Amino acid sequence: MSKIEISELNLYYDDFQALKNVNLNIEANRITAFIGPSGCGKSTLLKTLNRMNDLVLGCSVTGSVKLDGEDIFGDLDVNLLRKRVGMVFQKPNPFPMSIYDNIAYGPRTHGVRRKAMLDDIVEKSLRDAAIWEELKDRLPKSALGLSGGQQQRLCIARALAVQPEVLLMDEPTSALDPISTAKIEELAMQLKKDYTLVMVTHNMQQALRVSDTTAFFLLGEVVESGDTEKLFSMPVDKRTEDYITGRFG
Amino acid sequence: MKQTVSVSKPLHGLPRLRNGARAYLKRWKRHPFSALMRLLSTLCMAVTLLMLMSIIWDILSKGIPNLKPSLFSLTYTTENQSLLPALINTFAITLLSLLVAVPLGVGGAVYLSEYAHRESVLVKSVRITAVTLAGIPSILYGLFGMMFFVITLKMGLSLLSGALTLSLMVLPLILRTTEEALLSVPDGYREGSYGLGAGKLRTVWRIVLPPASPGILAGIVLAIGRIVGETAALLFTAGTVAQLPQGLLSSGRTLSVHMYVLSGEGLHIGEAYATAAVLLVFVTLMNGLSGLISRKIVKE
Repeated sequence: MSKIEISELNLYYDDFQALKNVNLNIEANRITAFIGPSGCGKSTLLKTLNRMNDLVLGCSVTGSVKLDGEDIFGDLDVNLLRKRVGMVFQKPNPFPMSIYDNIAYGPRTHGVRRKAMLDDIVEKSLRDAAIWEELKDRLPKSALGLSGGQQQRLCIARALAVQPEVLLMDEPTSALDPISTAKIEELAMQLKKDYTLVMVTHNMQQALRVSDTTAFFLLGEVVESGDTEKLFSMPVDKRTEDYITGRFG
Repeated sequence: MKQTVSVSKPLHGLPRLRNGARAYLKRWKRHPFSALMRLLSTLCMAVTLLMLMSIIWDILSKGIPNLKPSLFSLTYTTENQSLLPALINTFAITLLSLLVAVPLGVGGAVYLSEYAHRESVLVKSVRITAVTLAGIPSILYGLFGMMFFVITLKMGLSLLSGALTLSLMVLPLILRTTEEALLSVPDGYREGSYGLGAGKLRTVWRIVLPPASPGILAGIVLAIGRIVGETAALLFTAGTVAQLPQGLLSSGRTLSVHMYVLSGEGLHIGEAYATAAVLLVFVTLMNGLSGLISRKIVKE
């Protein structure tokens, strides 16, 4: 069974249909990349997976998204869903508090109070995000003093701290320099051992480097999806071929 | 969030004294309009500063010589013109007004920016109403307070009537400044918090309010300034009794009202100036204190 099963999903922003009859399965412990030109609905689909779209005024959904077979629009508590399906945003968004408190915010939200336990979670999360060595001596310092790349890895650590099952990444490297980008990509490939990753990217090279499965979006539809190497070397659909060879987009 | 920008030296400081005049002439020849602009803006700054300094000088030079221990007696008599009861009344009215206006104003602003749909008709109409109310002359608040609190609710001329009237007066101010402060908190913080599975309550308390608190506090400082400086609205609601208050329902005058009465009578201009000097110090202390608190909050 797939980790996430999306079937016949339609999404509207008021009258505008942003997603059209999307059917897609996301497999556990793999990296799935969403590619496509701007405004094709890939970020919208990503934000549907942990219902961040609920915050958008005038957004409505039909169809179903199942996480381990359970409908996320059904009885599942939305806060619990977001704990299980974590998110890293396009622009690094550390809270204006210390590095320690940034990481501890999530666990504290879900009821962890003991100092020793929080200390362990903070260290483990930062280690998992490969940033412990850089930050271990400045945990009480403000997170806003970090570089963009460090901030983004801190945000990944913050998301890992609530022990999610799925990690959604919305163009996580688009605001970063090449070296920081390489670090995040490497990190993503390590994380897939323990997590299911879904990554939206503008960068086709990145999708090819990092992902196992790729879905190509156009005008709100999934045109083609499948094994990344296959999709890039032998695309079935003409539009996919045009896009990956740079004829548009 | 406040961003600290450090500039090692000002780009356009005043010309240095040594070769200042010559450099200025040179600039005048090359960029006449930009030199003119600089001259004009410097003049504006100088006039503003001069006016402010002359007011402060006027108050302090006439006020301080008139300060004497009898001005601080616990009871007011026609001999001592004591300002201490008025000072205590000022404290009481300021505190009472804020006690009512701050929770209402901040709570309302949290609703507008965090719970209501941001572009809804309700939010827009509340915003327009608040702006309008903030611009109404205070004497109208005084009349309303007299009709409503003093007469209809039978509170009489009292500290309570005065404080409630003033809290109505500063409520739109606090609502607006708090809303501005909340809206200036980046949405990325909110998304980050919701994305971790935090609910609305926790997001508002832990993520949105802390970075907004310096802005909220700035609004409260403005409100304190309006309360302390108010006379018109208080004449009709809190009255002008110059004694220590016996309770919430007894009448009492604040420092500003005290000054108004003293100068109106025309017999104790010296004492009025002394009161003004005390008021000036009081307001400066209040502002300094709130600045201190806001810096402390930002650090945390």
